Amino acid sequence: MSMELKQKEIYETLKKVDDPELTAVSVVDLGMVHKVSIDGGTVSITMVPTFAGCPALDFIQKNVQTAVQKLHWVMDCQVTFSFQLTWSTTSITNHGKQQLKKHGIAPPPENYIPGDEWTVDCPYCGSAFTSMENVFGPTACRSILYCAACKNPFEAMKPVLDHHTIT
Amino acid sequence: MKRIDTAKEAKQNPSYFEALVELLFQLADDDFIISFRGSEWLGLAPHIEEDVALSSITQNTMGHASLYYHLLEDLDIGNADKLAHERQAVERRNASYFERKNGEGSYLQEPYYDWALTVVRQFLFETMKKVKLETIINSSYQPLADIANKVLMEQPYHLAHWRMWLKQLLGSTEEAQNKVQFQLEAAWPACADIIGLGPKAFELEKHHLIAGEDYLRKQWLKELEQSLSLPSSLFVDNHPARGRYGEHTADLDQALSTLSEVYNSDQKAVW
Repeated sequence: MSMELKQKEIYETLKKVDDPELTAVSVVDLGMVHKVSIDGGTVSITMVPTFAGCPALDFIQKNVQTAVQKLHWVMDCQVTFSFQLTWSTTSITNHGKQQLKKHGIAPPPENYIPGDEWTVDCPYCGSAFTSMENVFGPTACRSILYCAACKNPFEAMKPVLDHHTIT
Repeated sequence: MKRIDTAKEAKQNPSYFEALVELLFQLADDDFIISFRGSEWLGLAPHIEEDVALSSITQNTMGHASLYYHLLEDLDIGNADKLAHERQAVERRNASYFERKNGEGSYLQEPYYDWALTVVRQFLFETMKKVKLETIINSSYQPLADIANKVLMEQPYHLAHWRMWLKQLLGSTEEAQNKVQFQLEAAWPACADIIGLGPKAFELEKHHLIAGEDYLRKQWLKELEQSLSLPSSLFVDNHPARGRYGEHTADLDQALSTLSEVYNSDQKAVW
């Protein structure tokens, strides 16, 4: 099997590994997969952690490893998290944003200034007539909002930006 | 400034290595103990949304502590879980103000906790954290600089939360204002210890691990002045227990025995 095919196969596999706390959004769509190196039957995957305090990281590491090791040509798979690269919510793919919306979670806003208040449109009806109920939600990466138009509570991915890009 | 990229390189210069370990313990222990005190509010916060918010902030901050303990593990100081659970009070380097009990009573019995103390303390903690990390992103120890950048991306949410609480309480009833003022007066003597860098302050600055104490004080004052009026002699070092030097109060012993109770019941348990 050519290197290119192997790479492709790994990425196809990773597209099926979801964040356990955001089901239906894959680690690829979240922008967590940085690099895949292949050496014969050995695969090394470098990932970028989302929130530091996220208890799901260990599970994600394990799930990625298990999924990749199921490929018939893979003998060993190492998964490491690197802090040399920073994850920010701008790493989420367009497909990831669509998937989030489908599950009632609004993608992060694009014009966020760290420390400032922010708002997003309702993922159900698209209305901008929404209010922040709690910046802190059920997981470190999500906030709780309310839509006054369709009267649904909903969640949103909290925007985070690289400190270097904002100062 | 020489950039140090790996733990192995850091260990080559004993003076550098010792200063780095000291700083990492300060950062780790601060986040760890403030998270423990935060966790003691679970179910007791003023309203349900605050319960969610404080729990989330606390979990995230504990995650930050874990990052620093792992940097210490990389330097062969010890296993991260052991560093968090097994070290005695005298080995801890958190500012002693952060270990103070949340109020009268205990979590399981009559917890008459003081929300004003928590708001004031969390605000002082988050502003200190911001000031220190903003200089640590330029640290000579690259693995630490990377972590600082990561933490600074998440921390603005924490700081904004406590700044909001402080502003709301200071603009609220006379009782609220008095309670906040009382807690601020109690906090001032601790400020030198909070922003301080302990016995290795000189080496920390010399090795470009973090900015010097004078600069940190100046930056912290700027942050605090945005929200508070400050006493003129803020950094007079008259706190009875200087945590950066391993001096602590009985409140830390209480915290350590409570937080490591389950861990100590079976240290070999696998989670």
